Amino acid sequence: MANLIEMAAHDLAPRIKSGELTAEETAREVLRLIEEKDPAINAYLAVDPESVIEDAQEVDRRVAAGDTTGPLAGVPIAIKDAICTKGLETTCASRILEGFVPPYDATVIARLRAADAVIVGKTNMDQFGMGSSNENSGFDVCRNPLDTSRVPGGSSGGSAAALAAGTAVLALGEDTGGSIRQPAAFCGVVGLKPTYGRVSRFGIIAYGSSFDQVGPMARNVEDCARLLGVIAGHDPMDTTSASEAVPDYTTDLKRGIEGVRIGVPEEYLAEGLDPSVKESVSRAIERMESLGARVESVHLPHTEYAVAAYYILVTAEASSNLARYDGVKYGYRGEDGGAPAVDAPASSGAGVGAPAPAPEDRLDAMYGSTRSGGFGPEVKRRIMLGTYVLSAGYYDAYYDKAQRVRTLIMGDFDQAFEKVDLLVAPTTPTTAFRIGEKIDDPLQMYLSDVYTVPINLAGVPAISLPCGTDPDGMPIGLQIIGPHFGEERILRAAYAFEEATRS
Amino acid sequence: MSDAAMKYESVIGLEVHAQLLTNSKIFCGCTVAFGGEPNTRVCPICLGMPGVLPVLNRRAVEYTIRMALAVDGHVAETSAFARKNYFYPDLPKGYQISQYDRAGEPISLAGGIEIEGEDGPRFVRLRRIHLEEEAGKSIHNEPGYDPDLSYIDFNRTGVPLMEIVSEPDIRSPREASAYLARLRQILQYIGVCDGNMDEGSLRCDANVSIRKPGDPLGELVEIKNMNSMRSMERALEFEIDRQSELLDDGGRVVRQTRLWDEEKRETFPMRSKEEAHDYRYFPDPDLVTVEIARSWVDEIGEDLPELPDVRMRRIVDEYGLPQDMARQLTEIRARADYFEACVSHAVGDAAGGASGGVAGDARTVSNWMLSELLRVQHENHMNQQTLGARIPPDHLAQLLGQIKDEKISGKIGKDVLDIMAETGKAPAQVIEEQGLVQISDTGELEGVVDGILAEHPDDVAEYRAGKTKLLGFFMGQVMRATQGKANPKMVNELLRKKLAGD
Repeated sequence: MANLIEMAAHDLAPRIKSGELTAEETAREVLRLIEEKDPAINAYLAVDPESVIEDAQEVDRRVAAGDTTGPLAGVPIAIKDAICTKGLETTCASRILEGFVPPYDATVIARLRAADAVIVGKTNMDQFGMGSSNENSGFDVCRNPLDTSRVPGGSSGGSAAALAAGTAVLALGEDTGGSIRQPAAFCGVVGLKPTYGRVSRFGIIAYGSSFDQVGPMARNVEDCARLLGVIAGHDPMDTTSASEAVPDYTTDLKRGIEGVRIGVPEEYLAEGLDPSVKESVSRAIERMESLGARVESVHLPHTEYAVAAYYILVTAEASSNLARYDGVKYGYRGEDGGAPAVDAPASSGAGVGAPAPAPEDRLDAMYGSTRSGGFGPEVKRRIMLGTYVLSAGYYDAYYDKAQRVRTLIMGDFDQAFEKVDLLVAPTTPTTAFRIGEKIDDPLQMYLSDVYTVPINLAGVPAISLPCGTDPDGMPIGLQIIGPHFGEERILRAAYAFEEATRS
Repeated sequence: MSDAAMKYESVIGLEVHAQLLTNSKIFCGCTVAFGGEPNTRVCPICLGMPGVLPVLNRRAVEYTIRMALAVDGHVAETSAFARKNYFYPDLPKGYQISQYDRAGEPISLAGGIEIEGEDGPRFVRLRRIHLEEEAGKSIHNEPGYDPDLSYIDFNRTGVPLMEIVSEPDIRSPREASAYLARLRQILQYIGVCDGNMDEGSLRCDANVSIRKPGDPLGELVEIKNMNSMRSMERALEFEIDRQSELLDDGGRVVRQTRLWDEEKRETFPMRSKEEAHDYRYFPDPDLVTVEIARSWVDEIGEDLPELPDVRMRRIVDEYGLPQDMARQLTEIRARADYFEACVSHAVGDAAGGASGGVAGDARTVSNWMLSELLRVQHENHMNQQTLGARIPPDHLAQLLGQIKDEKISGKIGKDVLDIMAETGKAPAQVIEEQGLVQISDTGELEGVVDGILAEHPDDVAEYRAGKTKLLGFFMGQVMRATQGKANPKMVNELLRKKLAGD
């Protein structure tokens, strides 16, 4: 059954629940496909075949025993390596966490297990979520399955690539400045960044804590909706998680977009936008209009400051969040530059040779070698940026000012959503670029986040779904943005568009 | 204090850290109990493992509000937490969650407490009271550990700490001591900290500068590592002398952090690298703003225990005790509680019985507590709590009742108390088991007295010849013959009668 893993989760799960298919055969098929395809893609960092089969067999046993099973029964899901999985190595794709096996599950993982999903493995990413291409992985670079000379996007590139390659049915990504939507766009899959607080952050390795949000990735909108329903909801372990009730995202999914007011932010169709992306997105907007949506132009006037403000705030938080990787407790530890301390009289100078370094100096040396050796260059760059903007004398000029910009950008979205129900825009200014193309120009790389970053600053939800291809056949992503807790509305519009453009 | 120091006025501010008596840590469910095998009272959250998040312990906030109310602080309506960033192996996240003015209000601002100053009462203003988490403990060169390695125990990591920062209103080491003692008393009274400096549940750093009276504030030196009230006084004295001598010799005080060395009895500068910290405070994005509802503050205020000063005045009024006695009784809340419980039993037991009333009972209880009980406590190495458990207040009341009812003498009472402290038994049982019941039977006593007088005819003659001081000798003989159990009043009367009569 070669197309088992190509199935939609909402098709596969009922068949496993009914006994028509087994979770085990699905699991074996996904493992076979990973073995076959992944060496050329590197979407996965860690797979534990034994536990995959065991988990699947357990689902089958429960089905056979007539027990109730969860909505994702037997569905193979790939997990971004920023999400802690009990007993399965979790590194955030960084050498500094090599060998770290969490003794706990992230809340989203616990919810997936409760829904009887089968966790296939951990997916590649830019280490600690820092990057837009997956080239910042501390391990092998992940490639775009549609053209392996190109990047899959980042930072959740591995999750998007696994879906595009057909080596997972569902995936979890995590989005700090576009890390779900941009790789979804680059790989031609669907990815939703929920409202900040909609999904628990407990067990998500922090990058920018006030931005990070886990979200569903899939090959179709309905699967995204179902997966969101499983992972969303308040968590007492995360006080920043929202207590708003979680609706059934499938109830109104198919009701169409007749009369829905859609705003097109003019600032998102400005210079720097690839013509083929612009054309595709424009055609998508026309298509939505033809489905009954009322389209109008809106302004998000502070957009031009978003990337600058984002990179100040997110690096500030990152510089603190990543301080715990010091070689003391887990993961990689560098050398401390000293022989074991001996009680050599430091002042005697009686032919002792070089004096043994003081314990404090050895500690500093260990910190230095651990962090120099464990973190990749982009992580170091962001830690330095963040440390700088929080330093005495610079705080007001950078961190504080960026916070004020953030407030203005939130205001932009609040005002726009007074007039319209949803915003529609491109997800990225270009399609997937070639590996190596931008890696030496961090500023160009940062600017590829220009349409996704403002959404994280405002904390609102947004989806990316395919809306066409460029002349090279690379997918283009359409971004649909909603107000806080507007996921239902976003999914409904995305579903309508997906149905209308189904080939 | 040296002569040099007399010329200058010292200006001292204290930063006091109090570990709160919550059950669990400030951001996770681990126990805060002192001790335990290293790294057994930890979880992924207090270990700061990747991806974990803090959840604020509401009780820790409540205790801080309690303290704020006890010192007339202004409780913030919203309060926020900040990250204090620095690297140290016993700080697992690489930052400490604390509170910082620039990144949100601390839980309490202003307020103050009154102490006995060098020249009359002094009001020490408080700057703020805030909450933060405790770090772990580094272990170097301790018995049982490899001296070539450093170890870390994270059991204390995440224990809630309340930091109380005073304004520089303290003028001498003795005032600093008085201030710290007062803070400790209040903390213990309101039940938020055990005040135990040995176990580090109460710690203190000081900011010291000196100036000629009327001059602006001098350059400030921070002193750390003072582990007891006495070491704080010594450290401050040393530091004031050091600064005075510097100024006298035409030198300047350098702004720095110094550590107190209790063995050498001196302060020495911390490595400049260690103090050159830029903590890069910023609001902690993992914790939402704490909203402190007025109604919650009012509720906490209503449940606030009686504070030491108020209680002392009430004890003076209610029980008719002198002020210094009442002050001693209220020094420790548990002692004041003991006193009042004991008096209520004494009164209850004596109802309808012997005279004396409330005031009489209170004075007796107080006398016993401040002499005999303190002696027993000292001899048995007990604190007020363990004493109260061994000799509950009703037992002391019963003992005093036995004395009052002349079942035993006061002297025997002290022996009974010793046995009670050892065994935890009720006084009646001790008296019974030891056969200490006072002999008040006239016939029996008369027999003993007659016997003694018959044995000492010469002394009887001398007495009758006018050497009445010998009464004490006869008393002693009777007491010895009865193992101290004879009713002294009756023996006295009998002796006088018999010696005068025949």
